[in-house]
Amino acid sequence: MKFELLQQLNRARAGRRAAILVTDTQSGEQRLIEAGEAAAGPLAEALAARFRSGRSGMAEDGVTFLTVHVPPPRLVMIGAVHISQALSPMARLAGFDPLVIDPRTAFATPERFAGVPVIAEWPDEALKEQPLDAYTALAALTHDPKIDDMPIRAALEANCFYVGALGSRKTHGKRVERLMAAGLSQELIKAIDAPIGTDIGAQSPAEIAVAVLAEIIAALRKGPASVRAAA
Amino acid sequence: MNQAQVSGEMSDDVLAIAEKWRQAGREVALATVVETWGSAPRATGSHLVIDADGNFEGSVSGGCVEGAVIGEAADVIESGAPRMLEFGVADEIAWEVGLSCGGRIKVYVEKVA
Repeated sequence: MKFELLQQLNRARAGRRAAILVTDTQSGEQRLIEAGEAAAGPLAEALAARFRSGRSGMAEDGVTFLTVHVPPPRLVMIGAVHISQALSPMARLAGFDPLVIDPRTAFATPERFAGVPVIAEWPDEALKEQPLDAYTALAALTHDPKIDDMPIRAALEANCFYVGALGSRKTHGKRVERLMAAGLSQELIKAIDAPIGTDIGAQSPAEIAVAVLAEIIAALRKGPASVRAAA
Repeated sequence: MNQAQVSGEMSDDVLAIAEKWRQAGREVALATVVETWGSAPRATGSHLVIDADGNFEGSVSGGCVEGAVIGEAADVIESGAPRMLEFGVADEIAWEVGLSCGGRIKVYVEKVA
């Protein structure tokens, strides 16, 4: 591998950009394809599938090896609430990097979230430092439109692989009206998981956390719910 | 906080180590598991980085065939030509180096130049 290519790959990884190293194992020739780059030719389909699965492997020709690098999935929770206290350690066990954001300093304390990063700032400020991306899930859990709406919108626009929002159907109906009034397309709004989580009849905060995490894992492994329903 | 976390992660990362070693002027080879059959201990895409003195980081098999891969890496570093290695129970060498789990793996070894 050329050293420049290794540096380019490490830069993509450090910047949380997905990339695939394509190696011809016979000639030793290599190139790097970043997600979103137009990949033409016979490998286009294989590359797209590899970006989705995140798994490295040999292409069908048995000669071309695809080393797939996708960023570790993150879970951003808006609201340092009871559900996030249960969801943070569960998410970490399942391999996600959790992050909690809540401008209410009484909630957003490190004591309530052992070992989980907590940012006690408004989401628009906090997300400047931690930009959302396609390998991030976002769960809005405060019930408060002043806190939840902005990050929901940002997550949909950043193509986060999962966007969930807590609240009853009625609460969500009002939220949809606000987001539409703010100019968001119906298609984007439909991607919101609400009422939040897989329907397992969850009641306690910990049970709701399980439901939310189940839905996040399904979105990561099987694609968004809207796509799964259509399949 | 996250900046520190990310750089912490990258510092035990095989590809980051390969870059650092090369940057420091060391001759480096990178080994990658490209195919596995049966109960191979490390997933496809796993890396081992080796320098000309036989120092290494990472793993391609959890210890079973690393010794053999490091030996081959020295040749790859010298010649500059990549090489495909295959280890499995049916293979006499595999018994020698001890891939006793019953799996089979293919490892691609290339020089970082």
